[in-house]
Amino acid sequence: MPKAKVIFEDIGVAVTVPAGTRLIEVSEKVGAGITYGCREGECCTCLTKVISGGDNLAAPSVLEDQVLKDNMAPRNHRLACQAQILGGEVVVRPA
Amino acid sequence: MSIVHPDQAVELAPGVHWIGALDPHLRRFDIILSTANGTSYNAYLVRGEQGVAVIDTVKEAFADDFFRRLESVARYDEITTIVLNHLEPDHSGALPELLRRAPNARVYLSSRAQMMLKALLKPSSNQAPPDYTPVTTGDTIDLGGRTLAFFHTPYLHWPDTQCTWLVEEGMLFSGDVFGCHYCDPRLFNDRVGDFRFSFEYYYAHIMRPFRAHVLDALELLEPLDIRLIAPAHGPILRHHPRDYLARYREMATPRLALDTEAAGEKTLAVFYLSAYGNTRSMAEAIAIGAERIAGVRVSLFDLEGGDTAHFTDLIEAADGLAFGSPTLNGDAAPPIWALLSSLTTVNVKGKFGAAFGSYGWSGEAVRLIEDRLRGLKLRVPVEGLRLKLAPDASELDACRTLGETLARHLVGEAMPREVDLASLS
Ligand code: FES
Ligand SMILES: [Fe+2]
Ligand SMILES: [Fe+2]
Repeated sequence: MPKAKVIFEDIGVAVTVPAGTRLIEVSEKVGAGITYGCREGECCTCLTKVISGGDNLAAPSVLEDQVLKDNMAPRNHRLACQAQILGGEVVVRPA
Repeated sequence: MSIVHPDQAVELAPGVHWIGALDPHLRRFDIILSTANGTSYNAYLVRGEQGVAVIDTVKEAFADDFFRRLESVARYDEITTIVLNHLEPDHSGALPELLRRAPNARVYLSSRAQMMLKALLKPSSNQAPPDYTPVTTGDTIDLGGRTLAFFHTPYLHWPDTQCTWLVEEGMLFSGDVFGCHYCDPRLFNDRVGDFRFSFEYYYAHIMRPFRAHVLDALELLEPLDIRLIAPAHGPILRHHPRDYLARYREMATPRLALDTEAAGEKTLAVFYLSAYGNTRSMAEAIAIGAERIAGVRVSLFDLEGGDTAHFTDLIEAADGLAFGSPTLNGDAAPPIWALLSSLTTVNVKGKFGAAFGSYGWSGEAVRLIEDRLRGLKLRVPVEGLRLKLAPDASELDACRTLGETLARHLVGEAMPREVDLASLS
């Protein structure tokens, strides 16, 4: 299976994951500082800043886009419970 | 003497009225709060030369009281503005009906309230979505000689909450903040019975988990020349309103600052229970390991005796928390659960946590505690330690390493590491 790498800047951990994994599935297991509420892309609790490699995340869905907009999320921010890692390397930290 | 009369609004200033509802018989609010004196759902109406604003509504079951009071001071077609300080059902229950009756009104709410508004109106799908404008600190609405200004005060008590300021009158429509569950038809703080306990109880249960946000909000609100606070629950504070801000500031400020703060140190609190001294040995080794890292102050607490209430303050202030328990009948010991379930009244989100424990047969306690810590939104960066019976020398070493690693996370010096997702439990 194709692999990808996510780096959680706040705790200095790099995790190798299968392509297609959502950020939430990884960050919780390694104890990164991203927190969750609904886990369904509604509450915006899991807002995450993408430091680099944003293109390696699947584009946001219409719903995610709307939630980001409603919450006035700055550029380069994603919902960890929605964003899927496609490949390559992504560096993130809690918003 | 009752100030509230059936079907009548109560005047706060010419053209400014209370149009809320009293709920004297409520004994439990949101399941977890006891309300010995019932509560009230305060809504307000402000009349300007060019429009009428309604600020918040009431719980749905009390909509009739609200509409009758509203009708005593305004016509629905005059309502140009509906301000929603907070969309929890106790304040938005009458909103769908108000929108039907006041078709000319535009809704003003915080940006984070927008999703909630859509969700709220979803059941009545035949209702066209209202016109709404998200507002934040610095935004104002001119009602003609009367200006409403908004303050973005999130998390007091939901992410959506805001305060609305009636500039010309010096009145703050604060939403849940500065409110309390205390129902009294005398309405004003200089007339009602003694509600001081309710005011503080409300802070402790609703606002305290968001202490940092309370302090941010106070920064915004303290400079205002406040003549009256009109909260969404409980007495209207017209007598010495600033005292209530001052009290909030006191309650949101730790009583005695630990000198660790001044020294820039991080704190780690280690809690444990031990049946045979094994989990205690682990706790002590973890503490020793953590103290190897400069800038970390460790405290060790035995939970035996089970009285956990007084640890809440300490946990609120700690940067890291470790919990140790033996496994009893496949579970952690009850005082651990008592302690962990009491933490909903403080903010522990983002603190670092770890679990450990010695066991005889199965050792489920550690994983169960870790799950609960994650559920409380702590970060659990190090896998917990489960040891069978008494720890030997190398196992005590592992405990010290756990303490040290956790401490490195606290001071932001965690060793960079690489892991494979598949290797994580
Ligand atoms: S957890 Fe609610 S949006 Fe991601
Ligand atoms: Fe509320
Ligand atoms: Fe409320």
